[in-house]
Amino acid sequence: MKKLMLGDFAVARGAWEAGVKVAAAYPGTPSTEITEELARYDDVYSEWSPNEKVALEVGIGASIRGARTIVSMKHVGLNVACDPLFTASYTGVNGGLVVAVADDPSVFSSQNEQDTRLTAVSAQIPVLEPSDSQEAKDFTKLAFELSEKYDTPVILRITTRVAHSQSLVELCEREEKPVKGYERDIAKYVMMPANARTKHVVVEERMQKLSEDSNAFPINRIEEGSKELGIICAGGVYQYVKEALPEASVLKLGTVWPLPYALIEKFAKSVKRCIVAEELAPHLETQIKAHGIAVEGKNIFPRCGEFSAKLIREKVLGEKTETVPAAVPARPPVLCAGCPHRGVFYVLSKLKLNVLGDIGCYTLGAVPPLGSMDAVVCMGASIGMAIGFDKADPEAHKHSVAVIGDSTFIHSGITGLVDAVYNKAKVTVVILDNRTTGMTGHQNHPATGKTIKNEPTYELNLEEVCRAVGVKDVVTVDPGDLAATEKAVKAALANEDVSVVIAKRPCVLLTKKLYNGFRVNGKCKKCKACLKLGCPAIVNGKDGITIDVSLCTECGLCQGVCKFGAIDGEVK
Amino acid sequence: MDILIVGVGGQGTLLASRVLGKYAMDKGYDVKLSEVHGMAQRGGSVMTYVRIGDKIASPIIDEGSADFILAFEKLEALRYAHFLKPDGQILYSTQEIMPMPVVTGAAEYPKGIESRLRGTGIDALTMALEAGNAKAANAVMLGALCKKLGYEKDAFEAALLASIPQKTVEMNKKAFELGYAAV
Repeated sequence: MKKLMLGDFAVARGAWEAGVKVAAAYPGTPSTEITEELARYDDVYSEWSPNEKVALEVGIGASIRGARTIVSMKHVGLNVACDPLFTASYTGVNGGLVVAVADDPSVFSSQNEQDTRLTAVSAQIPVLEPSDSQEAKDFTKLAFELSEKYDTPVILRITTRVAHSQSLVELCEREEKPVKGYERDIAKYVMMPANARTKHVVVEERMQKLSEDSNAFPINRIEEGSKELGIICAGGVYQYVKEALPEASVLKLGTVWPLPYALIEKFAKSVKRCIVAEELAPHLETQIKAHGIAVEGKNIFPRCGEFSAKLIREKVLGEKTETVPAAVPARPPVLCAGCPHRGVFYVLSKLKLNVLGDIGCYTLGAVPPLGSMDAVVCMGASIGMAIGFDKADPEAHKHSVAVIGDSTFIHSGITGLVDAVYNKAKVTVVILDNRTTGMTGHQNHPATGKTIKNEPTYELNLEEVCRAVGVKDVVTVDPGDLAATEKAVKAALANEDVSVVIAKRPCVLLTKKLYNGFRVNGKCKKCKACLKLGCPAIVNGKDGITIDVSLCTECGLCQGVCKFGAIDGEVK
Repeated sequence: MDILIVGVGGQGTLLASRVLGKYAMDKGYDVKLSEVHGMAQRGGSVMTYVRIGDKIASPIIDEGSADFILAFEKLEALRYAHFLKPDGQILYSTQEIMPMPVVTGAAEYPKGIESRLRGTGIDALTMALEAGNAKAANAVMLGALCKKLGYEKDAFEAALLASIPQKTVEMNKKAFELGYAAV
């Protein structure tokens, strides 16, 4: 039976068919849907972990104890999980361990454009890279086999275009893989120096053997075409190459680390011009050249952004097709109408504060007219950066705050708060508690009181966590109440100690209600105070200020800033 | 057949592409869809690719090569019009959603967009409100698209109804019919 399937879902399906028993992840675009889909299978234990490091540690434990396990994350999530990853390379596995990592060329929803393949080289972990949903499923299954055969974790690398494209997949049944037996093996699993020294040798031998064996892997294949032109490619780029250069010879690599050098050499010799087409870093190119094989690559292709068939035609054949886009105003993403973060950013903007930001929808607080953001770096960084502001400038605490979402706070903000208290920093932290992991599409987390399968569980109390690490000044406000929010922020800034303001209101998208929308009445003086909210539903058009009823969610924030009672509607 | 679906994040472009994909797959074609999730969805300009044929390689549609554009908002229709082939057509909603630079006064919403678009505009928002709610605008657009492309009405409508929550079936059905009759 064939099914139209998202690449992420196909990875999940492949893991399920391979008999996976345990799945752990922290949500991250474009990898989130892998674990969301796995949560639908009753015969798989799945969890949202607090962060990627914990997710991988859960995965390592499950693997050592004998279960086939998949851990999923986005590229920057792999940074968080690098500590366990690099040593899991040494311990190897018992049950197969697959780490699905989604890179984001063109930075659709990330803070950088890093290339997971380079991390894998450093960690000496094999990488498979599928080019569509069918391969996403097949390669996931193969990754489990290779993991057990070569005693190593295996990275399944996908990119946004593979993760978030749908194509047809042939479904198979699940192959049950009972949890393997387990015996204590100190030399294998306890990585103290003497064992680690021994295991490093094993790792290098394993990668050497895999490199040699991979010459015969069917997923590394030559598609013979013109002898004039040969392209070496993998993953999503393969599809662009097939579209752009149907005549060319192609070496399609399914393993992108380690590499099948004999096959590559044979291919390169068989064509007049051999080009490596790869997005982001010149990983294949560098390794192939280091092996003494002459190829072209980044001399013609860019290192930034995703590729397309058009780009490949242009760079390889010099074929240019000119299309001229119309000059129109940009439409950047904005906080949704009714977003609970808007009230907080309105206040921060009004008070003209420095804002150390974090990763989530609320990063959009940087966009005009709210425009209240000074720095955003990585998950959990806001609190550390605020401490840094305080230590560099004794006056900074009077006019700066850290803002961090509820899920992000649990991910890696708590340790920052511990540091603030421990090292006597004067900081104000605003936790934007919208009761969900918003930007990735509403996943549960430890403070929602529900598991990935929506089962009730202990609900982490954020106020109690803050008090427990030593913060004395903790208050909770409703960001829909602008006056109360402003008062709370001002009081926190005046406090010469650590203060936490929890702005608590559920994400507007969680309530799947249909709204009628508010209306502007005749009392409007066109003072434009409401426009400072940056609400996409408030329109300043030729008919004056109006409300777009297709967007309005009746949150009432505009009524809170209007001094003339010019907005009709009832907040329910 | 390469169809680009464009609009503003939250308007339901993903649903539209999935309905098209399901319809084409049920008809026995190879299909590839490429979607936008995450940050870009939040009220930003979004595009989804739908490619239908005997064998599809790339999931994305290059500029200058789309057969058809389905646009949920007028400015977005103009933004992506250069993706069309010389003989391509746009079906667009005449709805205007002001982007933030227009709201803040940093830019103006372009005038006379209709005269710069090769295709048909329909007032999907008004029809959606008539059907019951503004959210049904995507069903209106799909009804019109079905007629424009000469797709089989019953099968296409069935693909739509299979992709939405049960409680909105009546509203979406009405919206689909209004769109179908509008072109």
